[in-house]
Amino acid sequence: MPTIIVDGISYQVDANDNLLEALLGLGLDLPYFCWHPSMGSIGSCRQCAVIQYQDEDDQQGRLVMSCMTPVTEGAILSIDAEPAAEFRSAVIENLMINHPHDCPVCEEGGECHLQDMTVMAGHSMRHYKGLKTTHRNQYLGPLLNHEMNRCIACYRCVRYYQDYAGGTDLAVFGSRGRVYFGRHEDGVLQSEFAGNLVEVCPTGVFTDKPLSERYTRKWDLQSAPAVCTGCSMGCNISVAERYGELRRIHNRYNSEVNGYFLCDRGRFGGGFVNHEDRIRRCGVRNASGVYDPVSKQQMLEKVSALISAAGSKVVAIGSPRASLESNHLLGKLVGRENFYSGLSGREQSIINAIYAIQQTGGARIPTLREVEAADAVLILGEDVTNTSARLALSLRQTVRNRSKEMANQIQIPLWHDAAVRKLAQDEKSPLVLVTASEDRLEDVSCLTHRAGPDDTARIGYAIANIIDNRYSRPADLTDNEQTLAASIASILKNAEKPLIISGSGSLNLAVVEAAANVAWALKGENKDSGLIYCVPECNSLGVTMLHDGNSNNLDDLLSGSDDIDVAIVLENDLYRRAGSTAINSWLGKVKNLVVIDQLDNPTASVATLVLPAASFAETEGTLVNYEGRAQRSFAAFLPQGDIQGSWQWLLDIADQVGTQKFGSIRQFDQVTEDIAAQNAALSGVTKAAPDASYRSGAGQKIARMTHRASGRTAMVADVTMYEPQQPVDNTSALAFTMEGANLIKPGEVPSSLTPYIWSPGWNSNQAIIKFQAETGGALTDSDPGVRLIATASPVADLHTRHTTIPAITRHQGGSLQLVPGYHLFGSEELSAYSKAIAELTPRGYFAVHPDVAGQLGVADHDGLETQINGANVQLEVVVSESVARQCVVYSYGIDATGELVHEKRGTFKKAESWESSRPSNLIMSDR
Amino acid sequence: MEDLLIYVVIFGTLIGAMTYAAILVWFERRMLAWWQDRLGPNRVGPFGIGLALADILKLLAKEDWVPPFADKKVFVIAPCFVMIAMLMGFAVVPYGPETYIADLNIGLLFFMGMTSLAVYAVLLGGLSSNNKFSLIGGLRSAAQMVSYEVFMGLSLMGVVMLSGSFSLVDIVESQQDGWFVISQFFGFVVFVVAGIAESHRLPFDLPEAEQELVGGFHTEYSGMKFGIFMVGEYLGVILISAMIATIFFGGWIGPGFLPPIFWLAAKTFCFVMFFILLRAAMPRPRYDQLMSLGWKVMLPITLVNLVVTGGVVLWMNT
Amino acid sequence: MIKGILDLIRNTFTQLITLKMVLHHTFSPPDTVQYPEQMPYLPPRYRARIILTRDPDGEERCVSCNLCAVACPVDCIVLQKTESEDGRWYPEFFRINFSRCVMCGMCEEACPTYAIQLTPDFEMCEYDRSNMVYEKEHLLIDGCGKYPGYSFWNVSGKTISGKDKGEAENEAEPVDVRSLMP
Repeated sequence: MPTIIVDGISYQVDANDNLLEALLGLGLDLPYFCWHPSMGSIGSCRQCAVIQYQDEDDQQGRLVMSCMTPVTEGAILSIDAEPAAEFRSAVIENLMINHPHDCPVCEEGGECHLQDMTVMAGHSMRHYKGLKTTHRNQYLGPLLNHEMNRCIACYRCVRYYQDYAGGTDLAVFGSRGRVYFGRHEDGVLQSEFAGNLVEVCPTGVFTDKPLSERYTRKWDLQSAPAVCTGCSMGCNISVAERYGELRRIHNRYNSEVNGYFLCDRGRFGGGFVNHEDRIRRCGVRNASGVYDPVSKQQMLEKVSALISAAGSKVVAIGSPRASLESNHLLGKLVGRENFYSGLSGREQSIINAIYAIQQTGGARIPTLREVEAADAVLILGEDVTNTSARLALSLRQTVRNRSKEMANQIQIPLWHDAAVRKLAQDEKSPLVLVTASEDRLEDVSCLTHRAGPDDTARIGYAIANIIDNRYSRPADLTDNEQTLAASIASILKNAEKPLIISGSGSLNLAVVEAAANVAWALKGENKDSGLIYCVPECNSLGVTMLHDGNSNNLDDLLSGSDDIDVAIVLENDLYRRAGSTAINSWLGKVKNLVVIDQLDNPTASVATLVLPAASFAETEGTLVNYEGRAQRSFAAFLPQGDIQGSWQWLLDIADQVGTQKFGSIRQFDQVTEDIAAQNAALSGVTKAAPDASYRSGAGQKIARMTHRASGRTAMVADVTMYEPQQPVDNTSALAFTMEGANLIKPGEVPSSLTPYIWSPGWNSNQAIIKFQAETGGALTDSDPGVRLIATASPVADLHTRHTTIPAITRHQGGSLQLVPGYHLFGSEELSAYSKAIAELTPRGYFAVHPDVAGQLGVADHDGLETQINGANVQLEVVVSESVARQCVVYSYGIDATGELVHEKRGTFKKAESWESSRPSNLIMSDR
Repeated sequence: MEDLLIYVVIFGTLIGAMTYAAILVWFERRMLAWWQDRLGPNRVGPFGIGLALADILKLLAKEDWVPPFADKKVFVIAPCFVMIAMLMGFAVVPYGPETYIADLNIGLLFFMGMTSLAVYAVLLGGLSSNNKFSLIGGLRSAAQMVSYEVFMGLSLMGVVMLSGSFSLVDIVESQQDGWFVISQFFGFVVFVVAGIAESHRLPFDLPEAEQELVGGFHTEYSGMKFGIFMVGEYLGVILISAMIATIFFGGWIGPGFLPPIFWLAAKTFCFVMFFILLRAAMPRPRYDQLMSLGWKVMLPITLVNLVVTGGVVLWMNT
Repeated sequence: MIKGILDLIRNTFTQLITLKMVLHHTFSPPDTVQYPEQMPYLPPRYRARIILTRDPDGEERCVSCNLCAVACPVDCIVLQKTESEDGRWYPEFFRINFSRCVMCGMCEEACPTYAIQLTPDFEMCEYDRSNMVYEKEHLLIDGCGKYPGYSFWNVSGKTISGKDKGEAENEAEPVDVRSLMP
């Protein structure tokens, strides 16, 4: 490690860093704008100037831009030297020339990197007397505000949007003073990662629109470390509240998972917490079908009377979107044999298979950081951008590995972003897509093939067979498939760290098994192959692991013929997982349906008793993400009304029933300990975060509010003059106050308990630099979460495991293969309720290839109908070249598509007298 | 008849001193305000004089609270000490040629013994409160007493030598030709300083020192127990003033057109005013400064004064 | 030794001079004003009851930036931002708990729009503490208060109806991005 001397003190730094990274990594303060730890340097803002001296005798030195200067052994530098400080102050004065007097009415104010850097660089008085340049703003959709006047032209937004996230519709226009960052015309930003501009932009050009509607400054927000429930990636988020409402979701850095970025579903999908359809009181359905509110105690008495009635048959349905703790308690309450995982049979079998494959350890399960290090990627039947968006953003970095290789060859440092990109031009690491419909990653893929799920599986099997002929070979491969498989196999064989991505997205077991075969075959070739399975929901894997992949599933329950006295449904809308006919006929056998849920969904509205459950922002819970990483999510605030965490409801019910099954379990931590004790696979969950007894170094709990939260003595003064005590949190080591550990020193608080990021002089989220062990690396206190699935040594007979190869998909008596098509906005149950997300949700549709459309005699905007299990489903037709033939892609989770998820095939005909119900804002692509 | 007179004097002293002390609470605040260009309490009754009564009523109406952690018996007894000791001190003050409660031949020693006893009140109050501020206040008081008691006694020995008696009646009588303040000027200065220290008045109120010790020895006291401490302090002020007048300013001696007790009262009043002026003007010294003033300045002055006086007396007598 | 004695004498004299100076005040009149019989003159910048003022055009000045709330040492100000049809930020509610207020004036200093101002009206005793809680309708006055003529929106870069881009003070016409001029 080279030694550098900064202002007379010598430090050890990393030779691969540039000076700026090195200096920031040492904890020194140096202003910067255009540099971003994950986007490298381009040296455009000139803000990070320092003085570098030739040798010890050099008194003069020269100004260098630290972000563009590599670390050299023995470099003598000064940050504080007068010329450097003066230069930086002058630069920021120039950047601020056109900056409007907007801070009071700017959503960035109080967490603005520009404010911080202006203070740090020492600019306090404007000398410029001329007119300020102004710009017109654009409408950028329901997620982001645009206020172009505030721009300081650091180019971070376009570098992020185009270079990093692969967007095409945000660009820079004009020259010199007229330079403009925006779209070519007003319109919704098309990238799924546009929301990150809020954090990427150092000032308030791009701000969070939903936050702005009910705006609160960062210092007033009460935050908690949470885990996103939008998909299975398990991104770390910081959830923030004010006046009992969820106000915003911000990124919480975790170098192994989401790093600096979130997808827009994660960032804007929390709005459902404030939705008017939230269930806030306990309700009992009366004879006329209306719900009468009852008190919490009355409800507990009713539920416990139902459960403890002699000889009553009680069943429970868990949920992949509820925490491990809630699912575990539900299973404990009714007994393992009466517990159903809440996944449909089809889904459960796929996830069981995924879990089994992950346990064999034939291939590594890479973290998102490791994904970015892969040098070839094969995606089998998974629309990654729409099911697991954060993974797609990582894959966009993966394809840049080729350019990094090229840069290494001619010794360009990798942080030298512009040079590396210029050098590589369009050279990319290979990414191969085999999917049923259009995929947003096509622009970075080297090879794209359209195929229905069965055919995708066949190609997967073929590839595995070509790599290692001990693996089963599909019969009657077409020539087309043969050559495709061969070329994909050669791409993968040329790589050192190939990565195979598949998942439950296509609802096809064969695809999952084929992907494993490819990864295992590559492992056999001594490749460091990685295998990622996207699973549908935030805790799908967790609820599967809970009973070690042996849970009963929903289909087992629905197909049963027993009469049921009480069925308890935990945070699960059954109508999304099975046909309504099956559910309704089952409901006929159920005397009492008890629903514990957050929103008034179709299942809740047929329940006998409804218990209001807390959302992810209001209670604790442990979730297991796609890679088997258990992460604890914490409550940002206590909900109003009768709402409480599902686990708390279940504890209360058990208490009321007086059952002995729960032993001494009264607290959340005891539930987690019980999970660890009862399930070998989940024995690590207690390590996901410190328990409620944790106290910081000074013996304090960790404050959810900032040290400068305002309004304490006036907040409830309109109701009572007696300032009530702040709610006490017995469940976690966090406190609902501003008292306690306030993150004054980085590393003072464990990363899994860090509610928000702040450091003196660093009010924006960029303060994370102070909390990292090295710039852009792991957090000082290691990254949150614990991996539960250990990589076992590979088993010898892997090639004998998956041999069931589906037949080639052909027209079968006019029926078409049903393939779910996912949408970042709308396909996930809860986030779809968020106002901003709902605006971007497309109408339900059936997408077909023009050939198929011709055969069915339909065109765009016509209706298509199908009879499935006694239900008639009608949706609008979208005709697209990019849909695989023999397939009908339906909008998963949007409109009445719950009927379809059970079926592999369907027979379609044109729906007569079809009229579209609402205007479409379907974003297929802007390309 | 003579018995009756003695009772009149005793009750007169008791009632007079107590009333004087109570009024002094108001009077001091008015004077302080005057010297500090304020008005002071002026709302209750004419010139606010009703404040004395209001204060007493307030203190009586307050909860008579004993902290649960205190040493209860000592805590209750402590304020009584100061009251008793100070009132006993008045027994030896002659109000006129024949008007006094007791003409003790060790009158001066009795007075000093009584003022020393008053310190126990402070000490015990501070100790029994079981509070760190009170304890420090009590400790300071004890240390202050140990230092200043020594030369308070010694400063009066010059007067004793000149008058040849410890009896205050005799001391006053022997000033018919001239006040001792002239012949015993240094004795007077030292006695005044020691007297201030003895009565814990500003600038020597270190045992109380509100700014550092909350309330010092009486932090835990409230209601009438606090009131007794307060009255005790003002009684001390009056007693010390009366003593200065008696010992150095000829006591009741004055022109005959007014009764002797008037002259004593007038002289005492002047010194009470001086005490108040000190409070209005002087900052409180640091604790170590107080001690070094006592031991390094006051004690030498007293000893020199004693030696010189003794020498002069011997020389005169031979 | 000698120096010590001289110091002692000098110090004693300075103390006596102090006594003399204080004694001199016997003859100077008191400064006390006999409120409430005599009403003192309070300058306009006196710090007491807080008000919210309006722009010269009659709209609310407060843009609910929250700076007063965060500057408040006793945390007695609370408000919520909302936005009007014409693009102005304004407080949906604005509450000051005067039973907590210490009249320090930090809120006025923090206010970037001169919206929140302190007035010389300090006589606000109530028998019921809840009457000390002032909502926006109690705080808002009809005039500009101490700063007539100032309008924050005229210096801010944000557009509101009636003030387009480039129409604020010191602003150039909005840039035409499509212009081909160099």
